Amino acid sequence: MKFGVVVFPGSNCDHDAYHVIKHVLKERVEYIWHKEENLRLFDVIVLPGGFSYGDYLRAGAVARFAPIMNAIQEFARRGGFVLGICNGFQILLEAGLLPGALIPNDHLRFRCQEVCIKVVNNQTPFTHGYTKGQVLRMPIAHYSGNYYADDDTIKMLQDEERIAFQYCTADGAVTPAANPNGSLLNIAGIFNREKNVLGMMPHPERAAELILGSEDGLGIFKSLVQHAEVRV
Amino acid sequence: MWQAIIIVKYKVGILDPEAKTIQHALNTLGYQAVTGVETGKYFEVTLDGKLSRSEAEQMVREFSTKLLSNPVVQHFTMELLEIQP
Repeated sequence: MKFGVVVFPGSNCDHDAYHVIKHVLKERVEYIWHKEENLRLFDVIVLPGGFSYGDYLRAGAVARFAPIMNAIQEFARRGGFVLGICNGFQILLEAGLLPGALIPNDHLRFRCQEVCIKVVNNQTPFTHGYTKGQVLRMPIAHYSGNYYADDDTIKMLQDEERIAFQYCTADGAVTPAANPNGSLLNIAGIFNREKNVLGMMPHPERAAELILGSEDGLGIFKSLVQHAEVRV
Repeated sequence: MWQAIIIVKYKVGILDPEAKTIQHALNTLGYQAVTGVETGKYFEVTLDGKLSRSEAEQMVREFSTKLLSNPVVQHFTMELLEIQP
């Protein structure tokens, strides 16, 4: 399985993602400069965290017009896997690959901390390695992670089982106190309708080795690899 | 030349924590009469004078929807002025 990690000016989690895929997962991976327009050689595209284009205007607002984004739209339409982490999630929303928006955190503070998230839907290529309701520990590091969508969109996400993860307590309770940013329904990550695009605010690539405190995030990458092996 | 003045604000009903914080600070400073604050982004964009007014208006609307605002959570107002180069 071949992963591509997109590099925008201002990406800063691209090396973490590359490291985990290459040295922990032991899969093939390449960096892809944001001006690239051909993604035919890849199975999974990772949009990493960071501050693409300095977060000018709004987080992700400028990156969505990078040349690679047309290729990613087409790649996703053909069923390729796209994983947007943090700033990558913000870009996917701005680009319309996922519905809704991420607005500044309700308390106006940049939050850099470990959180617990609950696996809401484990029947997807990204999450089948987890059990439903499993609680994962991962770090967040963001200012604009407050997920918002109108009532109809929220209902659609629920009806189509597109909520991937919700912020929760250590024992899996989805409470206002466990919500680090004001997101509606404690939403930490969502899928597209076809479940081949996942956007999430927590950083699975920073939670993929025990020496760094948690390897709960590795399951997302492993799920994708196992999914591909079964398919072949 | 045309000058477009565009103001982007959050839609009604979307939490604007910055505005709430400013309102609270104003009240704390003793300005009890302040009952509401809204924040937004202000842009001045100049456009080629060869465009007609309606062409310029259409262009500003288009890029304000595409880039300057995120229609999911924001709306914008615009004003178009004819200015000397």
